[in-house]
Amino acid sequence: MNDMAWIETALTGARPQAMGALLRYFRDLDRAEEAFQEACLRAMRTWPVKGPPRDPAAWLIFVGRNAALDSVRRDSRNTALPEDSAISELGDAEADMAERLDDSHYRDDILRLMFICCHPDLPATQQVALALRIVSGLSVREIASAFLVNEKAMEQRITRAKRRVSEANVAFGAPGAAERAERLAAVAAMIYLIFNEGYSASGGEVHVREPLCNEAIRLARLLLRLFPAEPEVMGLLALMLLQHARTPARIDGNGDIVLLEEQDRSQWNRDMITEGLALVDKAMRHRKPGIYQVQAAIAALHARAAKPEDTDWQEINLLYQMLERLQPSPVIRLNRAVALFKTQGPEAALLLIEPLEERLSNYFYFHGVRGALLMELGREREARTAFDKAISLARTPAEAAHIRQQIDRLISDAKPRAKSA
Amino acid sequence: MLYAILCYHDEDVVMSWSKAEDEAVLAKRKLVQKDFVERGKMGPAIRLVPTTGATTIRASGNEQLVLDGPFAETKEQLLGFYLVDCENLDEVIDFAKRMKEGESCTFEIRPVQIFEEGVLPQKVKVAS
Repeated sequence: MNDMAWIETALTGARPQAMGALLRYFRDLDRAEEAFQEACLRAMRTWPVKGPPRDPAAWLIFVGRNAALDSVRRDSRNTALPEDSAISELGDAEADMAERLDDSHYRDDILRLMFICCHPDLPATQQVALALRIVSGLSVREIASAFLVNEKAMEQRITRAKRRVSEANVAFGAPGAAERAERLAAVAAMIYLIFNEGYSASGGEVHVREPLCNEAIRLARLLLRLFPAEPEVMGLLALMLLQHARTPARIDGNGDIVLLEEQDRSQWNRDMITEGLALVDKAMRHRKPGIYQVQAAIAALHARAAKPEDTDWQEINLLYQMLERLQPSPVIRLNRAVALFKTQGPEAALLLIEPLEERLSNYFYFHGVRGALLMELGREREARTAFDKAISLARTPAEAAHIRQQIDRLISDAKPRAKSA
Repeated sequence: MLYAILCYHDEDVVMSWSKAEDEAVLAKRKLVQKDFVERGKMGPAIRLVPTTGATTIRASGNEQLVLDGPFAETKEQLLGFYLVDCENLDEVIDFAKRMKEGESCTFEIRPVQIFEEGVLPQKVKVAS
């Protein structure tokens, strides 16, 4: 790894902590960002010459804060202050750092920084964009390309989100236990949004945007290091690892979706699975189930099955019931229908989802599942209608192609002797 | 004499490597290992899951405390390790607690993955 690559990794790694502390000082996102940018510029000048500091985050906080204070003073007095000559001595500044941050201190800083990005007034896409900009430090161009929108539109989206946040008056004091738990839950949800934005792209050509998945995993890992005894954070990280492990097998050579049952399981990422299973195991010991842990446990049952027919659908059905109790939702019931189909057949599954029609009528996956169940029951005409509906609601070409495949199968089943494959 | 080579690095740095970078490092090492494999000198290679998967058992008075997270002190030194095959974390923790009963040492439990089997196991014998 060369100097610049090392520095970039160090800056990315230190960013949440440094930004979190700078935000606490300045209570203003833009000012904190400017201070951090300035500190990074100086790091890129200083570190290659003087060597890396022992604690990059502390260095960046100190240098960034001073640089910003200087610029405030300069602005107010309108006089020039010595620039680099004074600051270049800061290479050793960390040794006598006025404020050494202990773990619990920066833990709340990072949590606050993340929490600010998931203000309930912000729509999901704005939360994700803001977090990627502020916490992860992706450039507007990178975020725009991840969302497949132009840079200008993304710039506006982020500016709007920042304005909302600055009006929101987030508390800057150390949070109490209840407030911390609340922030943690909101941040976990935001991280999972980033993951899903990557895992199940909501538009455009690409179906999986790996960098977003990887970034969500990185943030969850950071969160778990800050809160090592939180079973839901373990569950969140495990869930994303176990899902992302399947990515290499999810899309075939033509860019078409491959169903879980048909995936080549040898392509699943073993490292991620091992880690995910270990985290599920670790979380379970706390006996404090939560939505991420239960979903991770479901993903773990899939990961443990060497062949699709080894899948413990009985247990998955039970876990979905538990999930429904924790978080009643028609989408979860729809997922449970698949498990019910496996254990009790298509009739029972169809009965379970029919009442959901009204609430899920605009949901691609609902019509896909319904079509597949109808197909199993031999009700081809109705299946065809459901699949057509699903195609019209598909968000990516891969989703549409996947349903078309099902229709093809329906047609070839209907006239089995028409063509020998 | 059997030797363990313990690998240290910054988890964040290693995890930020691209697949290609990771593979390049492993390929380079593999080249060096080849000779040891042929001569029957290569034991298993083990990869620990990241520290977020760690559980630590430490003594506090007469009690053995189970804590989430890795062992973080620097005063102590790594003196050795056991490799056990357990059904789940509960089973390892129970076993580890019983082993260190009455001792002030700390055990850190890390799930592992056998990375390379090596060619040594048949030859490993406790020196008499």
